Amino acid sequence: MNAPLLATGTTSTTGAMPEIRYNFAYLDEQTKRMIRRAILKAIAIPGYQVPFAAREMPMPYGWGTGGVQVTAAVLGPDDVLKVIDQGADDTTNAVAIRGFFEKTARVATTTVTTQATVIQTRHRIPETALSENQILVYQVPIPEPLRFLEPRETETRQLHALAEYGLMHVKLYEDIARHGHIATTYAYPVEVAGRYVMDPSPIPKFDNPKMDDCPALQLFGAGREKRIYAIPPHTRVRSLDFEDHPFKVQRFAKPCALCAATGVYLDEVILDDRGGRMFVCSDTDYCNTRQAQGHVGELGVPGGGFPQNAVMPGRNSGIHDVPPSHPVQDVDPRVKPGDDGISGGTPPAGMTREGTI
Amino acid sequence: MITQHDQPLLIAEGLSKNYGARIGCRDVSLAVHPGEVLAVVGESGSGKSTLLGVLSTELAPSAGRVSYRMRDGRMADLASLGAAERRLLMRTDWGFVRQNPAEGLRMAVSAGGNVGERLMAVGWRHYGNIRAEALDWLAKVEIAGDRIDDDPRAFSGGMRQRLQIARNLVTRPRLVFMDEPTGGLDVSVQARLLDLIRGLVAELGLAVVIVTHDLAVARLLSHRMVVMRHGRVIETGITDQVLDDPREPYTQLLVSSVLAA
Repeated sequence: MNAPLLATGTTSTTGAMPEIRYNFAYLDEQTKRMIRRAILKAIAIPGYQVPFAAREMPMPYGWGTGGVQVTAAVLGPDDVLKVIDQGADDTTNAVAIRGFFEKTARVATTTVTTQATVIQTRHRIPETALSENQILVYQVPIPEPLRFLEPRETETRQLHALAEYGLMHVKLYEDIARHGHIATTYAYPVEVAGRYVMDPSPIPKFDNPKMDDCPALQLFGAGREKRIYAIPPHTRVRSLDFEDHPFKVQRFAKPCALCAATGVYLDEVILDDRGGRMFVCSDTDYCNTRQAQGHVGELGVPGGGFPQNAVMPGRNSGIHDVPPSHPVQDVDPRVKPGDDGISGGTPPAGMTREGTI
Repeated sequence: MITQHDQPLLIAEGLSKNYGARIGCRDVSLAVHPGEVLAVVGESGSGKSTLLGVLSTELAPSAGRVSYRMRDGRMADLASLGAAERRLLMRTDWGFVRQNPAEGLRMAVSAGGNVGERLMAVGWRHYGNIRAEALDWLAKVEIAGDRIDDDPRAFSGGMRQRLQIARNLVTRPRLVFMDEPTGGLDVSVQARLLDLIRGLVAELGLAVVIVTHDLAVARLLSHRMVVMRHGRVIETGITDQVLDDPREPYTQLLVSSVLAA
């Protein structure tokens, strides 16, 4: 974390193009200090949303400006950075942010989960278990779990302060009343350390159990909303539910088509225009590692890669309760016309609605 | 012997509320006993709603105090309660029925969710029980059970108002504030709603402070009434006495202004 102070915006005298040099990890030292203070406070009060003076970043709001600022504040020269977007290392958001820190911080980057010390993520937690040497940084579009039920910020702050979370259960009640089961499948509200109710960012609820007692430090940054919150290592994280409708995660009928993994979160890939589809690991690193180890799924080829007949997929998840991976990143998928924040719908083929891993 | 039942539930002493130089209400003192319906009447702008806001701690009084007998029998100054305690009181022991149901209901949440919200707020975590209780209350306010999953936007004005009453009464409060609960409803719906309120008040032994400009509503529901003008209480008494034999010239004017059908 001892960042070398470089002059920002110095130009070299030779050459036609001015050479731009950035301070380590782009942000100036005072800004990083401010963010670290917010992070420390967030760690001290697990699940509490700490306001911070989010800066303009050289990317649009909704593309991970909050996560990038948190990453910039915790990154040191010896860190190894991994960036994932919906589990994938090779999508636009992941590539752009990885390139950003390669350029501004010159840190080593990796796609291998176990080698990374800092992992910035959009909407997934890696399948490989994290360790105490790692920091997981989430990009958060809307940090307030009560927002769609209570639009007034003054009121939601009161509700958090007084731990009045009946409203959160009203949302779950509505789900059961309308769909017969809790249909919230992403951004599923959790209670952290027995106190604050927190929006875990739009990760699938499949990942919620991974947050509980996680040895890694989990940091959440919301740039547009200017909030940082955290889950310290080994903290109790409980997904809210009803006694007669307990929390359950999604379960998939078939294993990954490429690496035959089970008990992992799968993306749907459309193969042709005649209804052909396959389900593959959303976590590309996990899938590649398994393929390298010789696991082959029903559509996989030994040695890895996509099957020959497949149109090279855009890894569009197609599962509509997962935040879509189209380029409008982080725009909260809950906001749809005529939708009051309660998700629902039928599960796609190949996926069952409930069950445990 | 004075039992707890004979002691007032809510006491206001010297309540004043100013909006800058303007007067909302001035020097109001009153007491509400358990099971008693107190009507606050007066013309628009006489300070009725301000008084209700101050009594229910939604507005902070400029002077005076409000005390309330808690469930354990002790009299507590509402201003001295912490925010958490006051809010707990508001969602368990009190109810507030507003003139516009859109303000008192969550319009995007189903009828069952609206009724169940208070239950969940006090720790109910069993969906089946919450739903059964909500159904029970919908039946009490004459809303068909098959409307439980419809949201209030699909309800008529009268139904919304009844839903609001169910939502408030589900935690069995002891004191309910009502701000023109029948305002804006047509006469036949109004009559049914009044009937319903009267039945529930008697059945549950509720104490009610009801603000209305409609003397017929006051006559039908209330035991005692308070007449307000220019922010002050000008006359108090038993409802029939005040309406049949008004003492103050303004009350006489008010009573004589009622159109006979």
